[in-house]
Amino acid sequence: MADTARDAPPEQTDFHELEDGEELFPEPATTQESQPASLAAEDISTNSNGPKQDSLFDDDPEDLFAEATEEVSLDSPERDVLLSDGPSPAITPITPPTSVITPRIGHTHDDMFTHSSFDEIEEEEGGDSFDIHISVSDPEKVGDGMNAYMAYKVTTKTSMSLFKRSEFAVKRRFSDFLGLHSKLASKYLHIGYIVPPAPEKSIVGMTKVKVGKEDQSSNEFVEKRRSALERYLMRTVKHPILLKDPDVLQFLESSELPRAVSTQALSSAGLLRMVNKAADAVNKMTIKMNESDAWFEEKQQHFENLDVQLRKLHTSVESLVCHRKELSVNTAQFAKSAAMLGNSEDHTALSRALSQLAEVEEKIDQLHQDQANADFYLFSELLGDYVRLLTAVKGVFDHRMKTWQKWQDSQMLLQKKREAEAKLQFTNKPDKLQQAKDEIKELEGKVQQGERDFEQISKTIRKEVSRFEKERVKDFKTIIIKYLESLVQTQQQVNKNISYIFHYN
Amino acid sequence: LSAPAPRAVNVDLQTDAMLQVDISDALSERDKVKFTVHTKSTLPNFKQNEFSVVRQHEEFIWLHDSFVENEEYAGYIIPPAPPRPDFDASREKLQKLGEGEGSMTKEEFTKMKQELEAEYLAIFKKTVAMHEVFLCRVAAHPVLRKDLNFHVFLEYNQDLSVRGKNKKEKLEDFFKNVVKSADGVLVAGVKDVDDFFEHEKTFLLEYHNRVKDASAKSDRMIRSHKNAADDINRIASSLYTLGTQDSTDLCKYEQMLSLDFTRSCLHKIEARIAADEDLKLADLLKYYLRESQAAKDLLYRRSRALVDYENANKALDKARAKNRDVLQAETSQQLCCHKFEKISESAKQELIDFKTRRVAAFRKNLVELAELELKHAKGNLQLLQGCLGILKGNT
Repeated sequence: MADTARDAPPEQTDFHELEDGEELFPEPATTQESQPASLAAEDISTNSNGPKQDSLFDDDPEDLFAEATEEVSLDSPERDVLLSDGPSPAITPITPPTSVITPRIGHTHDDMFTHSSFDEIEEEEGGDSFDIHISVSDPEKVGDGMNAYMAYKVTTKTSMSLFKRSEFAVKRRFSDFLGLHSKLASKYLHIGYIVPPAPEKSIVGMTKVKVGKEDQSSNEFVEKRRSALERYLMRTVKHPILLKDPDVLQFLESSELPRAVSTQALSSAGLLRMVNKAADAVNKMTIKMNESDAWFEEKQQHFENLDVQLRKLHTSVESLVCHRKELSVNTAQFAKSAAMLGNSEDHTALSRALSQLAEVEEKIDQLHQDQANADFYLFSELLGDYVRLLTAVKGVFDHRMKTWQKWQDSQMLLQKKREAEAKLQFTNKPDKLQQAKDEIKELEGKVQQGERDFEQISKTIRKEVSRFEKERVKDFKTIIIKYLESLVQTQQQVNKNISYIFHYN
Repeated sequence: LSAPAPRAVNVDLQTDAMLQVDISDALSERDKVKFTVHTKSTLPNFKQNEFSVVRQHEEFIWLHDSFVENEEYAGYIIPPAPPRPDFDASREKLQKLGEGEGSMTKEEFTKMKQELEAEYLAIFKKTVAMHEVFLCRVAAHPVLRKDLNFHVFLEYNQDLSVRGKNKKEKLEDFFKNVVKSADGVLVAGVKDVDDFFEHEKTFLLEYHNRVKDASAKSDRMIRSHKNAADDINRIASSLYTLGTQDSTDLCKYEQMLSLDFTRSCLHKIEARIAADEDLKLADLLKYYLRESQAAKDLLYRRSRALVDYENANKALDKARAKNRDVLQAETSQQLCCHKFEKISESAKQELIDFKTRRVAAFRKNLVELAELELKHAKGNLQLLQGCLGILKGNT
């Protein structure tokens, strides 16, 4: 695979393998704020030369990935090794290479990355046009009873140089998708990237499928899920940063995937997640941020409003779908009734007319039914997606607040230490003084980092929001157009049918 | 609210001496409707040639009941009574709207209010039409039009002081109906010698049931349609709010514009369909439901008379056998015979007329319905395509 499309950015100096913030699990006492901003170096895979990377990692002796990244190049099979397996320590290490990366518990140092890194990545986009199409198909039930699950075929068709082949397919199950999302979320959400949320779990739906009920509703459920998974993947790869993430690439390409156990609803990881969410909510209430940037305030308000509107719209559309289904049932019944009436009418011409009416009504009923399905899949699902997406968006704003808070805390701490140092000046404790000076130096570094983090996340969010809005408008317009087109088609069919009855009399 | 000028009547008017009745005006007050019944006639028994009176629903019912209770009219299909004007549902919705005024935007509110008002107006027009049809049928009937009560109804310009039935009377009615239906079952079992009537009996029974079924199903279908239309409304206003909120830059402005179009598009389409079907099909079915019931009642009366006749025959035979009260039995038998024959004769004609009327009404309505649906279908198609054009053009 040619790497020529990708220019190794010469200005890139510290391209570090960064760590994930999942230290949270082994250290439940630490608050959210102590989580370092970290990013998995998915960008490593875009670099053309392996050797060049060595120099990038020398600065960080504690980086466990230093070893592993030496061999990395796009063609290297060991690329698969570069998985952030931090987020879910509960992952049963199935593939031996991943065991090289032992859970990095307890490492809470900050890593540095330049502001320019992401800009450059996006500039690289220009070289390779976005051409990737993912489809999720062929849902297949694997296994039996309560341990059964649905396996979906994920087919990727692409001409991008990022991938080894131009067309390939793998089998994935639902928990794999959830695992992918949870990895991406842990890597990117807290630095401001809007990570598309995965489709929701549905215990009821899945149980029906597991139990083996082959009826309309379970088929609908599977279809709904399949469609949602497809949209999820497409949305994820549309994001220029996420597309290059090794987890995403592995998800799409490798035939075996370590089972994401921590996504189970009732696992300990799941419970911890719930606890964290609650802690988050409490913290959010206590952070009072001085918003110096009106843009953010305005955008937050905008998203609040959007959320309300979308939810309302979503309920209305779901209600419409429901009523349309009802309508089609009632039309069918009426058609039968009219046919019966036609039968009993002994005036032949009228009888025929009534039967015709019945036929037409029946056809219209079928069309209505199809319309209901169209309404459902297009509009309602999209709205649901956006309602969930907005939660991610709001989350990103929240992370910015937390970043700010962290920065402020560091500053306050620095202040205190400075005051303490000043006091120590007057005492005769040279070693304590030295210690204080060291601490201050460290804290100054932290404060600087905090400021940089804050600025970075703000910048990222701005870009993300603009991208999000563009996508949203595009998506909605496409959906509305599709919906209208389907209405036109339906209407044309209805018209054809009506003219038959008209010819009659 | 008052109704506009007289509308087309979908019943054949067979008038010789001129008697034209219509409802020229109607007023809706708090819980009653006042109809202005306008008569034009050349009949000698009226004081003037043209006059109007104001009547309420109860007075129509009184007139109808007086026909039913009149033995003389046993052999005729009594035109079914018009249904009570029912604005309750509409009024409730209007009230709910008023209460919820604070929770929705001004735009939404005015729109919903307009719709509810339109609905109210539609119900109003319908009830006026039903009352008018009743009067016209009576006026068109060669025998009923001469009824004295009818003339009083048309001419007497004071209140008829017809009160609605009180509880006791309603209970009496209820029992009468129970007896009647039980009797009806017994009488229906009697096989008729006359082929025509036997055929009619089976036909009417089946027809009536099927019309009832079709009417109920069409009502449900229309309700679903209305629900869907309401949803479309809500969706439309949500889209509109979304569009207006987003108007911070050019692309979003366009979005608003296109959303606005979509909204009016969808709304017009769904609401129209619901209204059309309602007017044409459901009303037609409901009307013939009542008419077929009236026809069934006629047959019942005839069968009753037949049974009485046969019983009288048996009584006469018995009396002759015992040679006691023969004269009495003879007169009674003759009365029964006379009654039965009279009913049979007129019933035959009535039923034939019924069929003719029915076929004509259905045909007319179905054609109109199809024409209307076709027109709207074409219109909808154009609307949708126009909307699509605008949306796509904006990309």
